[in-house]
Amino acid sequence: MPHPQTPVDPSPDSRAPDSRAPDRRAADRRGFLAQVLAVICGGLATLPPLAAGLWMFLDPLRRRGAAATFLPITELSSVPDDGIPRQFAVVTDRVDAWTGFASEPIGAVYLCRQKGSDTVEALSATCPHAGCFVEIESQEKCFRCPCHNSKFIFDGGIVAPSPSPRPMDGLECRVEKNGGIAVKWQNFYTGIAEKVARP
Amino acid sequence: MNTQPQQPTQPTRPAGKPGLLGQLADFFDDRTGYRALMHEALYERVPGGARWRYVWGSSLVFAFMTQVITGLVLWSSYSASAQTAWESVYYIQHEMAGGWLLRGIHHVMAQAMVVLLALHLMQVVIDGAYRAPREVNFWLGLVLMMLVLGMALTGYLLPWDQKGYWATRVATNLAGLVPLLGPSIQQVVVGGPDYGHHTLTRFFALHAGFLPATLVLMLVVHLSLFRKHGLCARQPITRPDAMFWPDQVLKDAVAMLAVMAVVLGVILMPALRAMLEGRPIVPGELGAELGAPADPSLPYAAARPEWYFLFLFQFLKVFEGWGATGEFFGAIVVPGLVMGIMFLMPILGRWQLGHRFNVAFTLALFAGIGLLTAMATNEDYTALWADRGSFADVEKLLEETGGDTAKIAAHFGNDTVQIAAFQGRAKKLEKIRHSQSFLDAVVQAKADSARAITLAGRPERIPPAGMLELVRNDSLSQGPRLFAQHCASCHAHIDPDDPAAAVVLAKASAANLHGFGTAAWMRGLLDPKQVAGPAYFGNTAHKDDDMVNFVQNDLTDAATWKPADVEAVIAAMTAESGLTGSGLAGSGGKAATKTPNDELVNRGRALVADGDRCGSCHTFRDNGVAAGSAPDITGWGSREWLVGIINDPTHERFYGDSNDRMPSFGKAEPGSAPILTPRQVELIADWLRGDWYRPAGPGH
Repeated sequence: MPHPQTPVDPSPDSRAPDSRAPDRRAADRRGFLAQVLAVICGGLATLPPLAAGLWMFLDPLRRRGAAATFLPITELSSVPDDGIPRQFAVVTDRVDAWTGFASEPIGAVYLCRQKGSDTVEALSATCPHAGCFVEIESQEKCFRCPCHNSKFIFDGGIVAPSPSPRPMDGLECRVEKNGGIAVKWQNFYTGIAEKVARP
Repeated sequence: MNTQPQQPTQPTRPAGKPGLLGQLADFFDDRTGYRALMHEALYERVPGGARWRYVWGSSLVFAFMTQVITGLVLWSSYSASAQTAWESVYYIQHEMAGGWLLRGIHHVMAQAMVVLLALHLMQVVIDGAYRAPREVNFWLGLVLMMLVLGMALTGYLLPWDQKGYWATRVATNLAGLVPLLGPSIQQVVVGGPDYGHHTLTRFFALHAGFLPATLVLMLVVHLSLFRKHGLCARQPITRPDAMFWPDQVLKDAVAMLAVMAVVLGVILMPALRAMLEGRPIVPGELGAELGAPADPSLPYAAARPEWYFLFLFQFLKVFEGWGATGEFFGAIVVPGLVMGIMFLMPILGRWQLGHRFNVAFTLALFAGIGLLTAMATNEDYTALWADRGSFADVEKLLEETGGDTAKIAAHFGNDTVQIAAFQGRAKKLEKIRHSQSFLDAVVQAKADSARAITLAGRPERIPPAGMLELVRNDSLSQGPRLFAQHCASCHAHIDPDDPAAAVVLAKASAANLHGFGTAAWMRGLLDPKQVAGPAYFGNTAHKDDDMVNFVQNDLTDAATWKPADVEAVIAAMTAESGLTGSGLAGSGGKAATKTPNDELVNRGRALVADGDRCGSCHTFRDNGVAAGSAPDITGWGSREWLVGIINDPTHERFYGDSNDRMPSFGKAEPGSAPILTPRQVELIADWLRGDWYRPAGPGH
């Protein structure tokens, strides 16, 4: 293995002070207070930009996402009762730092209704493995994640072996009296076996 | 694996068996030789001992490092595009934690750097530190100075506010004056034929990329040459030599701390003042200003370069009247010559006389810059201390004569001495007026900036199209401007409770629209003493018409009109406008003000509709009066009604044929566009009604 073998000049201090210069050790002793003061002053002078920089750089830690709320997705009549999930866009107002977007698609859910049922199952389209967008594989009748080939059956159950640590994330879903479908839109931490909602 | 032989002990390695930390230090020293480097860096001999006059260079390096640190973090939140630059800077300044402080340090330190540059340059020239063998380092220093000024110039644009935008337009237009290549240079710098996204991306790349990278390279050479030649000591050397560390470092560190203290002081001074005056401290208002978003369609009379370029701005005025040649001469030739002489200084300095010339030239240059800056400041702010009242006679005579020289001469009986004296004072008055309009523009700019910042804080946030769209659709921002441009040549808009209002009001030739639609306005209209006054019909063609007669004769007849009836009519009319109570729409007090009770409103509506009263002329709701004899007052003062009358007062719903001079702003003549767009008419109506966004204040 190569190793640094820098030859060291036996007298690196080639510009040693001549007789006119004060003795360095004596200067060190005399200048101890000066050294301490210099370090303190220099440190104090550098502190404000560093502190202000760190303060602002860590600003994202103060930010919280929108609280999980029920968002209207579609009508019951738009979800056929054939047991095959359909993809729907989640549309809501969104704030990105300073910009406010009114009624913007912010993600997608899969809605699925069984034969003759009036209840709807909702699955987040986000893969629990690494957060890619899970697609429907209509020929194989399953969900497939394009990133690492996680497969899930239509109720979200995992198809082993899978890189995904858990089944697809179900979302709370309710059918309103007027036939509207609302889903509680949430994001979950990916890559872990437990389903934990992001704050 | 480790077959490395024992390295020879360096002079700086501590004696004795090293501890764990010492072993680690040895490990790195063996592989990097950092101790020798540190030694080299710190133990520089300072001939004649440490001095305060040597601190400027180190302070500049410190200031630059501060700019690098703060600039990098600002970069992490800045977004360079015409639709996001102002917005992201707003977000940094007003919403991000500590953003105001970071931006404040970056902004003020940039100015401190210019001052430190001047001091460093002066010290080097006075000490003759440019002489052989240090010529190249002096030239490098001049290049470094231009790089710093370049960064100041490019950084000014980045917030994309009115100030930066207009200053940059001027600066880039001046660059366009360079013969032959000028227009191409300008177009390359601007990023196209017009100012926009690519102006920002290019200026940002210059400001945070090209210029600082070049500066760092130059600085490394500058510092290594400085070390190679050693410090140019002040002669004669009378004191013993000292080491750079710690003697000179301590002085440098104290200077750095002082610079930082001044910078923080400038940022925090307004906070201290607010605290002493008992006002709340708003962190977003500290540090660097953020003007209203850049708007190429809006004149900006408060445009001035940053103070350290003010001398150049003033210098260009010397060449006024020479056209582009003069500007080319003032902005490019003269500064170029000055830089040329400075580059020649090391050569000239070989002779004692040349050195004296250099010192004199530098001092004269700074004196000239100081003088020009003072002149520029005086011209802009002279109205603050000049006594305009003492020019009242001049103002009066100028107004009477319309500035006609023959008439003025006649006024003084053709006495040339008096005429000359008058003309001198007239010139002074003109300067005061110019200064006043600048100061007014500054006040307006501050108000626009505050309004934009208020709007940016709405819960709906800034639309994706950017802040400018929001400002352009804000009735409080646009209403006064549109009113001044299109309405104010006849209509006044003056608070009648303001004592100064009466004087101005008399000059208006149509109704005072301040508070139009409110009970107070209606009460004035129905006041026999006011209806024929300047605030209502006094200066219009309607001053002897039926309405004035009615208010002066019928309404004063206590048998038919009891005071309570008039109050009922006022309640009914404000119910039409929707501006119930005393306030204007959404003026915060709306919820608190009492809505008139329905019974009063209903009684008033009956009186208004009555064919023997208002309904004898006015159409009102379903009273069946045919349109044409007087304006239909159904929905009087409402947004829809105002939009209608501004669009077309000659419509039979309003004044019809008896319309007095008011243009139909929304009605296009065949083959031409209307004077105002539908949106502009709405903005005027909303502004008159006081309908604009107000942030929920404390207690709401």
